Amino acid sequence: MEIKFRHDVENVLKEAGEQNKPVILDFSAAPM
Amino acid sequence: MWPDERVARFVSEDFIPARVHVKDDAAAFKKYGEQYNAHWTPTILELDPNGEEFYRIEGFLPNDDFLAQLMLGRAHMDFKKGKWADAEKGFREIVETLPKSEAAPEAMYWAGVSRYKATNDATALKETAKSFAQRYNDSSWAKKASIWA
Repeated sequence: MEIKFRHDVENVLKEAGEQNKPVILDFSAAPM
Repeated sequence: MWPDERVARFVSEDFIPARVHVKDDAAAFKKYGEQYNAHWTPTILELDPNGEEFYRIEGFLPNDDFLAQLMLGRAHMDFKKGKWADAEKGFREIVETLPKSEAAPEAMYWAGVSRYKATNDATALKETAKSFAQRYNDSSWAKKASIWA
């Protein structure tokens, strides 16, 4: 299983509120 | 950290995962770094559905410790919401499944507090203090629980 990180943070935060779901926000420097 | 199967399952099932990259998403990294006071990598934030931070992990961790920290954050979120049974379950799961992680003593402490909050029975705290006599007795959390003995 691979985590599907999203990069549209603004939309993620909006959807989190709508879905009442918490968010993992990763500040990363790892190779993409 | 992230490729670990247990981590991936935990994150994918319980959270919406998002990432800002210091180079590839420089503008977003700056924007959200300032918003959330995150200026180093890796910094992992657990945000509630309103976008408010409820737990922070800074720096690399081995898989077991990383997973335990993620679980600890989730349990703390339940605790802050007053969901005592869910919080206790989450804290105890860390002690049971990742007993050697650095988060385990803290989880055992908060499991006892969660039980107390649910029952208002001080026996929960006494039992927690007794548990610390048997394990993690050199941790700072054992010192904090010692007042309950």
